[in-house]
Amino acid sequence: MSQQPLLEVRNLDVAFYADKKAIPAVEGANLTVYPGQTVAIVGESGSGKSTTAHAIIGLLPGTGRVTGGEILFDGKDIAHSSTKDFESLRGDQIGLVPQDPMSNLNPLWRVGTQIKESLVANDIAKGKDADRRVNGLLAEAGLNDVERRARQYPHEFSGGMRQRALIAMGLAARPKLLIADEPTSALDVTVQKQILDHLDGLTDELGTAVLLITHDLGLAAERADHIVVMYKGRVVESGPALEILKNPEHPYTQRLVSSAPSIASQRLSSVRARAEVREQAVQTAGEIAAQVATTQGEVGKGHDDIIVVENLTKVFMLPGDRPWRKTELRAVDDVSFRLRRGTTTAIVGESGSGKSTVARMVLGLLDRTGGTVHFDGYDTGQLKGKRLMALRRQMQPVFQNPYASLDPMYSIFKSIEEPLATHGIGSSAEREAKVRDLLEKVSLPGSIMRRYPNELSGGQRQRVAIARALALEPEVVVLDEAVSALDVLVQAQILELLNDLQAEMGLSYLFITHDLAVVRQIADNVLVMQDGKIVEAAGVGEVFDNPREGYTRRLLDAIPGRDLLASA
Amino acid sequence: MPKPTLAGQERYVAPIEETPLAAVDSIQVDEAPSSQWKEAWKQLRRNPMFLISAALLAVLAVVIAFPGLFTNADPRFCEVGRSLDPPSPGHPFGFNFQGCDVWSRTLYGARASVAVGVLTTLFVVVIGGITGAIAGFKGGWADAIISRISDIFFAIPLILAAIVSLSALTNAFPDRGFWGGIAAVVVTLAVFGWPQIARIMRGSVIEVKNLEFVDAARAIGAKDSRNLWRHIVPNAMSPVIVTATVSLGIFIVAEATLSFLGLGLPFTVVSWGNDIAEAQRLVRSGTRLGVMFVPAAALALTVLSFILLGDAVRDALDPKAKKR
Repeated sequence: MSQQPLLEVRNLDVAFYADKKAIPAVEGANLTVYPGQTVAIVGESGSGKSTTAHAIIGLLPGTGRVTGGEILFDGKDIAHSSTKDFESLRGDQIGLVPQDPMSNLNPLWRVGTQIKESLVANDIAKGKDADRRVNGLLAEAGLNDVERRARQYPHEFSGGMRQRALIAMGLAARPKLLIADEPTSALDVTVQKQILDHLDGLTDELGTAVLLITHDLGLAAERADHIVVMYKGRVVESGPALEILKNPEHPYTQRLVSSAPSIASQRLSSVRARAEVREQAVQTAGEIAAQVATTQGEVGKGHDDIIVVENLTKVFMLPGDRPWRKTELRAVDDVSFRLRRGTTTAIVGESGSGKSTVARMVLGLLDRTGGTVHFDGYDTGQLKGKRLMALRRQMQPVFQNPYASLDPMYSIFKSIEEPLATHGIGSSAEREAKVRDLLEKVSLPGSIMRRYPNELSGGQRQRVAIARALALEPEVVVLDEAVSALDVLVQAQILELLNDLQAEMGLSYLFITHDLAVVRQIADNVLVMQDGKIVEAAGVGEVFDNPREGYTRRLLDAIPGRDLLASA
Repeated sequence: MPKPTLAGQERYVAPIEETPLAAVDSIQVDEAPSSQWKEAWKQLRRNPMFLISAALLAVLAVVIAFPGLFTNADPRFCEVGRSLDPPSPGHPFGFNFQGCDVWSRTLYGARASVAVGVLTTLFVVVIGGITGAIAGFKGGWADAIISRISDIFFAIPLILAAIVSLSALTNAFPDRGFWGGIAAVVVTLAVFGWPQIARIMRGSVIEVKNLEFVDAARAIGAKDSRNLWRHIVPNAMSPVIVTATVSLGIFIVAEATLSFLGLGLPFTVVSWGNDIAEAQRLVRSGTRLGVMFVPAAALALTVLSFILLGDAVRDALDPKAKKR
């Protein structure tokens, strides 16, 4: 096969300028894409993968400049092309599917008009002809009832539909190369699979080459022929997808392969490790329970089931079609479950399934419409005043967004000290010692105390949030998507930390997540939620190996790279 | 079905010495700690707009504290015989119609003008800030009532309302003295000026109260009041501070406008507005425009400084408004 490469990136250097200083973002990157091929660039945030992609299409943000090397597209160097040259290249030669479907469509334009624009801009079609082409493209992107859809506005589309519209737009002018920048990371897993399947089929049919940018090695291995792994602005390893997955040689790739959740969840070793954690945690928790039952001032009778939720229901009243009418939204519908002391129960579901609403009601941050939550034998709805304060100490949350869960005006010390101060625990010297101790528990240096959240990475903030949650020595920690916003390696690290803390302190976790892949590393029991109801509840092994419900099976199938790894 | 490897896609592994592996999520401990306010200060220090306005305001502060440093003339010592005399040694801008020293009156007039601006802003921020924060935090009925009341005040133009209420006050208390005169203007402007701050505070609080750290504080057991004043309000302050610095300039202009109309500060008070009003008759005759120009320039420069300062502070505090 003597093909000419479609895209060759050779020794590419990209830098951003701040205060007249060049900060390198990409150094000496090489990659080659052949016509019709799918090539994936894999890396964590800040690895330079998106910067490389943006350099190829001439859309470097802000002060970014290509400072060296060449980008050969169809044999021509485009690294230093003018804006005008790039304009003629974009659309009909190189297409782009951007990352966030929510912000990449103009909310004031009809979807059809936006797709038509890409046809008109590339002189492919005009007027009536263009309208016909738009309908064809939308149908091709897998939307039904295209004539009506084309006249709708973006807010009338779901996230998945918007991403389909963006794919239609990216492919409208039939480019030779399509750059897909994390095209599905903002979508639910099942939607992600549909979209990627569709993109695969479409580009195969059209013979379009795809450059896929992703942080998920499992997804890359499943979708791409060739993988380029980037780390700190450099290409550290590249080669055929399966070979990289099976025999990673660079230590960074090895690290990625060992911690990617989609891959780690397949491993038996992680199941065994979890069993050990649980054994130890249940034992420690039992000792704590015996203490609690005899201590005054704590809420608890020392039961084995620390949280018992029965027939929990939440109905939101939404404004209806007339001002005096309200419509009901049943966000949580008759949910019952038990959390055993020292174990983890995961609640899994897609956005809108009601899983976070359950968590907030268990925490008492949201009033419930019906049902009861018992904490160690006490109905949490009946507790008032001092008892309620005591309950707050025994149950703590960790939230999803590491950028919003810490008060930006509070130093790290003040953030972790606040729960202690609120409950009047210890003298100020004792509190400082306690904060230091907590930071050590979450593996952060004590010197971090004087810093502010904006100076920390997402993973570090999440550690601080965990330290704050542990300050009051709770028995239950509710983790609401606590690792979902983190890079895979950091995610693996935080999961490990959570496991260690559980074993050491006998904590019980309620773990809310949309990502079934991480569940196996941390959970013992799984509740699968759909539309406010629990559709399946079982042990973690059973859910993975022998799912009963079709919905659970769909969620499992959507874990990228699952089939590939059965043999790996 | 193994595919043949294509040129340029051979297996490649970077030399490990060249791409050393750092610890996952490592932390830099040597840099000095910083916060949002420190970052803002760092940015402000390099902003020429901020430096110029801050320098002008520093000069203004000295003038207010020690006007005697810049002139030996008494602003209230007027001789009709020197009416409209040209500049002479010790009197750099000459004399006005009443025969008072123009430069001296301008320097001493800064006190009244700035006092009105600063005090009105202070009241507006306190009243508007508290009501806006409560409306945003409580929502429901409290919000509906506070918002409707502020809408009513908002619908009345500031200057029109001030004209009506100040003419009523002037009739009721003809002799108000320096502080009495200032108090009347400040109260009038504050009563009709707070809704703007209340609206901004309300919106800002609504945005902040939905952030997760507020939930985290509730889960700790922090009371609502602590949550509002310790967590939410400090994080919601930056748009309020920005609007406040800009409206400080607007209030100074409003005072001058009202004094110009004869409704603001009593004639006995030395203020820029009174001096400009007094000088207006000269504009018609076209003689000695400098008599009007000096207090007007002082007013314009002061207002400009506050507005520039407001702009600079907004750029520093609000990353969304940052220009590239």
